[in-house]
Amino acid sequence: MHLIVFFIFAGFCLAGAINLLLQSHPINSALSLIVVMVSLAVLYLLLGAEFLAIAQVIVYAGAIMVLFTFVVMLLNAGREARTLGSKAALRVGLPAVVAILALMATVILKAQGLGAARLSDGLTDVKGQTNLDQLGTVLFTKLLLPFEVTSVLILIAILGAVALASHENQGTGNREQGTAERTGEE
Amino acid sequence: MTILQFILWSVLKVAVVTVVLLLAVAYTVLLERKLVGRIQNRWGPTRVGPFGLLQPLVDGAKSFLKEDIIPTGVYRPLYLIAPIIALGCALLSIAVVPFGEPVSIAGSPPLFQIADINIGLLVILGVTSIGVYGIALAGWSSNNKYSLLGSLRSSAQLVSYELALGLSLVGVVMRAGSLNLRVIVEQQAKQGMLTWNLFGGMQFVAFFIYLMAAYAETNRSPFDLPEAESELTGGYHTEYSSMKFAMFFMAEYANMITVGCVATLLFLGGWTSPFGDLIPPSDNLFFDAGFSIFWFVFKVFSFLFLYVWVRGTLPRFRYDQLMNFGWRWLMPLAIANIVATSLWLAYR
Repeated sequence: MHLIVFFIFAGFCLAGAINLLLQSHPINSALSLIVVMVSLAVLYLLLGAEFLAIAQVIVYAGAIMVLFTFVVMLLNAGREARTLGSKAALRVGLPAVVAILALMATVILKAQGLGAARLSDGLTDVKGQTNLDQLGTVLFTKLLLPFEVTSVLILIAILGAVALASHENQGTGNREQGTAERTGEE
Repeated sequence: MTILQFILWSVLKVAVVTVVLLLAVAYTVLLERKLVGRIQNRWGPTRVGPFGLLQPLVDGAKSFLKEDIIPTGVYRPLYLIAPIIALGCALLSIAVVPFGEPVSIAGSPPLFQIADINIGLLVILGVTSIGVYGIALAGWSSNNKYSLLGSLRSSAQLVSYELALGLSLVGVVMRAGSLNLRVIVEQQAKQGMLTWNLFGGMQFVAFFIYLMAAYAETNRSPFDLPEAESELTGGYHTEYSSMKFAMFFMAEYANMITVGCVATLLFLGGWTSPFGDLIPPSDNLFFDAGFSIFWFVFKVFSFLFLYVWVRGTLPRFRYDQLMNFGWRWLMPLAIANIVATSLWLAYR
């Protein structure tokens, strides 16, 4: 049962990824990326990581990709021109991709403590304990420092983006009546 | 229980719940037309059937029979798939909502819920966040400036208010210690109204934030800017006609019902009686099940009534007011609520 679902959604995932590369219209590519992300969420679910799966759907498919499509719609980006592509990229690129994939696969397989993945219903064997309990415990005890540092890092990135955007606004704000009024109101 | 039995039961439950939900959608439309009519000192629909009760059926037939116009300039694949995404996501999230006690007959799985999963609340949030694409793609693929403006407004509004919505639920989840909707309800059920999250749980700030964010999430007045008729003709569904328009319409009302169900489950004690054990549970299975369903439907109905009341009363926000309110008031308030709730839980 698990295996059938796995193959269906792995197929969706690959098809979405290939479609993402082949489509010439940005909005089709963005939608293919959503398909990839949702199928990945199903694969996480099959590995017994239900929280990761739903976080993938909410954060990536639901928030980040909405902003992607938002930008595509705002810019009204049209169809891209199809180029013939350079031959060097084809000759070097394909073997390079194969080599990198092989390298990654061997490293992951040889790594200590990582066995083959099991398709299962849950990660814990303890009755009544969910994936979420375990995740919360690990995140707020063992990995507290890296977790907090990462969140501060993201916060700094947001502040940086806001600082850059507001700096640009001040430059043009005086010339445009509308923006000047708005900044005055704030 | 074999896999075949499980599938048969699931199909049966899905069919029943979908039919009931669609009927509820149809009659919510009638409720809204009647109530808004009374608020505006007129009758609302009265001609078809007694008190206009058959109006939704006639409306449905009208939508089916109208000419389906697809403008030439649209981007066809997305134009066609957008209403399906909107309605599909709206109907999907009801799957994790429990309507009553976990009653089962003759070895069946629990009857009053399609899927009892331990991250039920997050599934509802996830499905809602996918539903944005229906509206966004509808506006973009219509190739019409009013539609595009409507869908841009809608996407920005949904992404902004989803934050406040999610954060307002954290307090409830912390109190219950679980994301399972059944566990959340059972945690509030001990002494009826006194232990509801809204009163006993001191989550009224969270309830207020949830209410505001829910109005914005479902594009309802006073936050119905994506379809503001006075500025955008019809907003994101300007170019849709016939059944495709009806699908957006149904999606909006189905979302209202889902939001009402979630509010009921998280803040108002779900299917449990507000009087707790003052009315003792009887031995009759059917009586108990009917009783719990009655309370659930009553609470959701009150929520829908409030929705319509607000629509009939409040004027529409301006767009900058909407964004300011979401980011500068609701978000900080929600975070303050989380801090206060966690301090209280730690103190206790």
